[in-house]
Amino acid sequence: MSLTATDVKKIAHLARLNFNERDVTTYSEQLSRILDFVAQMNQADTAHIEPIAHSLEWSQRLRPDHITESNQRDLFQTIAPEVSAGLYLVPQVIEGE
Amino acid sequence: MLYKTIAELVSDLNTKKISSQELTRFFLDRIQKYNPSLNAFITVTEEHALVEAKAADEKRAKGLAGPLTGIPIAHKDIFCTKGIKTSCGSKVLDNFISPYDATVVTRLKEAGTVLLGKTNMDEFAMGSSNETSYYGPVKNPWDSERVPGGSSGGSAAAVAAYLTPGATGTDTGGSIRQPAALSGICGLKPTYGRVSRYGMIAYASSLDQGGPMARSAEDLALLLNAMAGFDEKDSTSAETPVTDYTTTLNESLQGLRIGLPKEYFNQGLDQNIAHAIQTAVKEFEKQGAIIHEISLPHTPLSIPAYYVIAPAECSSNLARYDGVRFGYRCHDAKNLEDLYKRSRSEGFGDEVKRRIMIGTYALSAGYYDAYYLKAQKVRGLIHEDFVQAFKKVDLILGPTSPTPAFKLGEKTSDPISMYLSDIYTIATNLAGLPGISIPAGFVNHLPIGLQLIGNFFTEAKLLNAAHCYQKITDWHKQIPKNIITDEPSRLSEEL
Amino acid sequence: MEWETVIGLEIHAQLATKSKIFSGAPTAFGAEPNTQACAIDLGFPGVLPVLNKEAVRMAIKFGLGIGATLSKKSVFARKNYFYPDLPKGYQISQYELPVVGKGHLDITLEDGSSKRINITRAHLEEDAGKSLHEDFVGQSGIDLNRAGTPLLEIVSEPDMRSAKEAVLYLKAVHSLVRYLEICDGNMQEGSFRCDANVSVRPKGQTQLGTRAELKNINSFRFVERAINYEIERQIALIENGGQVAQETRLYDPNKNETRSMRSKEEANDYRYFPDPDLLPLVLSDAMIEEIQRELPELPHQKRVRFMDQHGLSAYDADVLVNSRATAAYFETVIKESGAPAKLVANWMMGELFAALNKSNLDITQNPITTTQFARLLARMNDNTISGKIAKTVFEALWNNEGDVDHIIEKQGLKQVTDVAAIETLIDKILADHPQQLADYRAGKEKLFGFFVGQAMKASGGKMNPQQLNDMLKKKLNG
Repeated sequence: MSLTATDVKKIAHLARLNFNERDVTTYSEQLSRILDFVAQMNQADTAHIEPIAHSLEWSQRLRPDHITESNQRDLFQTIAPEVSAGLYLVPQVIEGE
Repeated sequence: MLYKTIAELVSDLNTKKISSQELTRFFLDRIQKYNPSLNAFITVTEEHALVEAKAADEKRAKGLAGPLTGIPIAHKDIFCTKGIKTSCGSKVLDNFISPYDATVVTRLKEAGTVLLGKTNMDEFAMGSSNETSYYGPVKNPWDSERVPGGSSGGSAAAVAAYLTPGATGTDTGGSIRQPAALSGICGLKPTYGRVSRYGMIAYASSLDQGGPMARSAEDLALLLNAMAGFDEKDSTSAETPVTDYTTTLNESLQGLRIGLPKEYFNQGLDQNIAHAIQTAVKEFEKQGAIIHEISLPHTPLSIPAYYVIAPAECSSNLARYDGVRFGYRCHDAKNLEDLYKRSRSEGFGDEVKRRIMIGTYALSAGYYDAYYLKAQKVRGLIHEDFVQAFKKVDLILGPTSPTPAFKLGEKTSDPISMYLSDIYTIATNLAGLPGISIPAGFVNHLPIGLQLIGNFFTEAKLLNAAHCYQKITDWHKQIPKNIITDEPSRLSEEL
Repeated sequence: MEWETVIGLEIHAQLATKSKIFSGAPTAFGAEPNTQACAIDLGFPGVLPVLNKEAVRMAIKFGLGIGATLSKKSVFARKNYFYPDLPKGYQISQYELPVVGKGHLDITLEDGSSKRINITRAHLEEDAGKSLHEDFVGQSGIDLNRAGTPLLEIVSEPDMRSAKEAVLYLKAVHSLVRYLEICDGNMQEGSFRCDANVSVRPKGQTQLGTRAELKNINSFRFVERAINYEIERQIALIENGGQVAQETRLYDPNKNETRSMRSKEEANDYRYFPDPDLLPLVLSDAMIEEIQRELPELPHQKRVRFMDQHGLSAYDADVLVNSRATAAYFETVIKESGAPAKLVANWMMGELFAALNKSNLDITQNPITTTQFARLLARMNDNTISGKIAKTVFEALWNNEGDVDHIIEKQGLKQVTDVAAIETLIDKILADHPQQLADYRAGKEKLFGFFVGQAMKASGGKMNPQQLNDMLKKKLNG
């Protein structure tokens, strides 16, 4: 599976990562090799097997509708990069970004 | 005091041979002396530790000590510790002071342990050599030019060099067991769901499990007793009751059926390791175990499946690192997209980026079926392999790692060669089964480990078998005489 | 060229749980920014979601209310994209296996006929936070209080053919979720949100045209206006040789127009996959049956019953079943007053609703109790007071001037029913207006109203109109 520079840039954008041109080349080589490696999976006949996400056949436990958390804004915002008036600040969000 | 197990230290504390404060001071001094060359710790919590030690001594004086009261430990820096830096080995979290404690941390705290510090690890738990850490590689105490294994390399090295008697680790594809093997100590990955994942920074959610690392099976049992159990904050936490793992350590191994997977003993395995494992097998037979050959035919597919599933889950789990609410934020972001891209690209290391990219690709439109879905089906095949195997045997035995510790830098240029070193451990994570690694010999003066894999929630059996092995062997008691120190004479003094 | 409009609605109803869908933080509206966002809502490293039982129960209620198939096993999936109001970089939602499957709601069209709107599915998901732009130059402020609030996303089939039908469907869903007490339906506060997918095609064509998704419509009125604007825009575009782009458009209520927001072609690849931190949601028969038993009479059921039992018209029934509180008030008043349903209906929809609307009050904030209202209607029904006088009493009741009978007594409002008194009054009026009397008897029947008016004026409106009419007629006709 050969990834082109375009492929790499598209994936990088989805993952919000930047690569310079040299890295794009390196990554497209490395990623292509890894994808070739994992394509070994195709050797397996999985036509009659169900995909499993968790080994044990458990189902989701339900939590009672109680308020268990108190306001810890001050504590949480001591580690925030940029806050003002209790809000987290980011460069302006333009519709359609 | 040197190289005493936790069980022995508990006895010393109870018989007042030593106080927790003295014990803590002892380890803090060793950390100060040896950590600069080993780089096993990212953060040392000296003041905090002494405060906790004092409290432990007071508790003991009142007669209120529990099984672990006053025992110093270290946490892999993947466990959130309130008020203490929690970096996950990454620049992204270099400035992250966690506002809460992980459940594992709370439980070990409530059990009375004393926190010495946070150990080094591969960045976001991605790696098998502890070479991807933002804080630099960890050195193997047995040979400073070699890796201790990863991703829990810091915890492994810290225990191996006796900078702490016990530590926590996490295991997603072998990250407790493989470093335990390469560093000559014991490590247990519990059944998926046995130990709470709340506060354990997520890498691959359906595979991650936290577990103990220490110098003996008995010590692992003591630590696991405190760590294991249902947590309502974790939806994937098992409600299966926890037994006291120490009470069954000495059960007879008579009639225990042990399976040796033929796929584990093929050409990929270092012949010296194979030989050492065969010797170890005889020790089990001596105690009444019956050996069977079994087959886990889909073993080779476990690595490709893992390297789709884990990156896929991590690509999503790591999306929250965006510089907005915590963690690394780039300077002078021009716009939102720039904020995201530069914060993440400047923050994450190469291996993490590689896995995020693979994972993003595997989940993307048009590729989901061929990669992610296919991998989950292969996972089903691997699960089935074990189901069949456990119809015939009680435990599965094999080597933990195909090679002993390799040299620093040896595999970093070729990611795939690094991935292949997980061949014996990965399938266990995919199946959600428990596995333990214990020292079983030396190859070229480097420790090697044997692995036991059990059926779901059979940690007691694993620890029992390991303990019985350790009663008639002394590989786990060996200590590295090669610790980098400018005072070799002092070391022999302590011995 | 005749055009046909095709409309589908996606409704996001915030479920009225006390705590969030995956954490124990509170959901109350209006708190100071980020005071209701706990570590889980903020997506801190290491946190994990645990599912709120009440959110599940509410989804089941909705499914039962639309006669839908419920998925015994449904799966939570991650919808991955980057946005500052989405702390984890993914939204926990449901994708391939939603908890509620196909269902329907029937709406009553203007001509009284019924139309079935099919619902494709409804699923549980978490809400995102909010971005605020006003106070910051070049920056936005993110408030994550809302992040993690449970949402039920309700997706209709593209069954609607006009903006009016869309509004009727929207109102039907709005009514249902309030009946079931799973959502307060407050569109201004954002607890009931609607996106409309609108496309046009030549009449008779089966293939769907390209659709645009309209967002930011937060009132029933805006829904209608936005859709109508969009229909015209699309038709004009196509008739001028253009093509409708598949895109998201924002409705601007000030200018009454829709504007392109982002092209759906560039839309994110959401990379949905089952959330590994959550396990499949399995619904037991016992749970479903328990909830089924607890269901109140639903709007459409009540509507039918009101028409049958109380003889109401479809229109009146629709109005009175709009909320459970209104319907309950109506039926209580009927019982307590003994008055005919039609009378109660008219007075509720007339005087009462007018007063409530003017003061911007909800029926639950009505200052007039059912007892008092019932008494008022009873006094009208038994002729103690006339309809006209009743309005005066109503006003006094509204202003808290006391009990109905007390007001009637104090203001001396009792209707005059004494035959002799009425006769005397009529005689006087006829005597005072000989010209009109003569004109009437000569054939100007319209003047009847004049005499009625005079009599009412003279009596201060306290005459029983029926009695007055009868006696006046007799007297006029000699």
